[in-house]
Amino acid sequence: MNSPMLSVEGLSVAFGGVKAVADVSFEVNTGEVFTLIGPNGAGKTTIFNAISLIVPASGRIRFDGRDLMTLAPHQVAKLGIARTFQNIELFEQATVLQNLLIGRHVHRRATLAAELLFLPSVRREEHEFREAVEKVIDFLDLAHYRDQLVHGLPYGVRKVVELARALATGPRLLLLDEPSSGLNVEETDDMAFWIHDIQRDLGITVLMVEHDMGLVSKVSTRVLALNHGEMLAQGTAAEVQSHPGVVEAYLGVAEVT
Amino acid sequence: MRFIFKTDYDQDIRLFKHGGQKFWYGVLLLALVAAPWLMPEYFLAQLSFILIYGIVGLGLMLLSGYTGLISLGHAAFLAVGAYTEAFLAARGWPFPLSLVGAAVLAAATGIVVGLPALRVKGIYLAIATMAFGFIVEEVLARWESVTGGNSGRSVGHLQIFGWKADSEASFYYVALVVAALVTVGILNLLRAPTGRAFVAIRDSEISARSMGISLARYKTTSFALSAAITGIAGALYAHKLRILTPDQFTIMQSIEMLMMIVVGGIGSVHGAFFGAAFVIALPQVIALVKDYLPAAIGQATGLQPTVFGLVLVGFILLEPYGIYGRWLKVRTYFQLFPLYRRGLFKRQKAFMKSERLR
Repeated sequence: MNSPMLSVEGLSVAFGGVKAVADVSFEVNTGEVFTLIGPNGAGKTTIFNAISLIVPASGRIRFDGRDLMTLAPHQVAKLGIARTFQNIELFEQATVLQNLLIGRHVHRRATLAAELLFLPSVRREEHEFREAVEKVIDFLDLAHYRDQLVHGLPYGVRKVVELARALATGPRLLLLDEPSSGLNVEETDDMAFWIHDIQRDLGITVLMVEHDMGLVSKVSTRVLALNHGEMLAQGTAAEVQSHPGVVEAYLGVAEVT
Repeated sequence: MRFIFKTDYDQDIRLFKHGGQKFWYGVLLLALVAAPWLMPEYFLAQLSFILIYGIVGLGLMLLSGYTGLISLGHAAFLAVGAYTEAFLAARGWPFPLSLVGAAVLAAATGIVVGLPALRVKGIYLAIATMAFGFIVEEVLARWESVTGGNSGRSVGHLQIFGWKADSEASFYYVALVVAALVTVGILNLLRAPTGRAFVAIRDSEISARSMGISLARYKTTSFALSAAITGIAGALYAHKLRILTPDQFTIMQSIEMLMMIVVGGIGSVHGAFFGAAFVIALPQVIALVKDYLPAAIGQATGLQPTVFGLVLVGFILLEPYGIYGRWLKVRTYFQLFPLYRRGLFKRQKAFMKSERLR
């Protein structure tokens, strides 16, 4: 316990002249739920994109002591890091089941030639994939939507499907980008339960970006507040919420007359 | 209406989902095998063309329909396959070997063309592939020692270790076997991780990458496979036409191929063959109807391209999923009879529209 799984040191991302993330450092310990909060444009999603190597960044990101920056973007998933997206990036013209099966891609062993002939080894692998995927479907209660095209599903369900797809990869670290955005109160409650279960029952470490402070304080072990790409405060949800700098960032400064 | 109660993973994996499908595809296969006895030679030749175009359609469908990469240079892969076959067959290679040769060379060309695909998308990729098509066309015309230049190169009968496919029926059977093998190969691929990776790249590159799919690797694979399949069709094409000239492999041919999969139904294996049947049948229908039309229309030059264009526009406006989409609706109508509602497929469409407005 408490060995850092992910450590970010001096991370900076600049878009042209704009510093989206400036010298941010934090550590995510094994087994915790670590949340990034901050007003719009604080650089939370950019940090996620830097970890997934989608945007070029400077600084150092280590996962299990391995330097992530030396890898290609598609290799990140293989290490056991899965993510969801703020605006839902599902495979629209595929069924829920197929979406989750794509999540198993990192576990692929079959060669192209074997697949063209659909050899018994490919069939066995498909069975393994399906077994793993059905567990996730069961866990997140998606059986009802299993064979439907994603493209016709309501927003709330898509959000869950995206979480399911990330879980299907069998990750050790899960990056959730605003899991509750666009969800109603009831769905947000479900999401809180699931995140809790993911952490406790599945033993997956979670790093998330979230706005809904109710959800944040319910599930987070530690919280890091950001503003304008810089670190403001770090601690438990309650500590961070009462930090004067955070209050200032969200509500502005009271004018002293 | 049939409800399938699933108790086994294999029920999702197997190609035939239920007995009814097995029966009807069995009937189709029987009809195809019996075709030489059922129809005159002329129609059999047309059927061979449908099979060849169907294979082309499968190749392009894999690239454009499943991986989402557009190509306006596919006639070039057809040409590479056709000329390779002509070259190897003239040196006495038996068809199975020369077919592999044609596929491999086309695949290699596909990889070369696929490399820019890693950097460009959409319309830019279309332009890049189109440029490649022009280059190949030019090479075919100039490299006279191999291609025979503009005067063309003749190709012998298809021969396999001494057996010659010199009748219409024997060629048809070879085409049927090749088409069946390619179709099964594609279906296998589509139910395996590689096929799903293609679909993932088509629908969202960014999340495909975060699922561990290497874009470079799978895009190149898709190009190579698509080119190889088109090359295989090219090899058959060479023996069907018996004479190859560069003007058979122009940009018009590439556009016709693209139109074929759009009209057939983009993103479906059925669509490739529906589209092929359509592209082969339409000129025949036009030729038949022509005589009954007023001379001003019937004898007008460019009648065929005009009709093709109108049909394409019509499909895109009214039935974006092509003949296969229409086929699904008709089938659903009969399955649900008399409960089919007109709006049954509407809801998804309305949803798509609101998404588009965003």
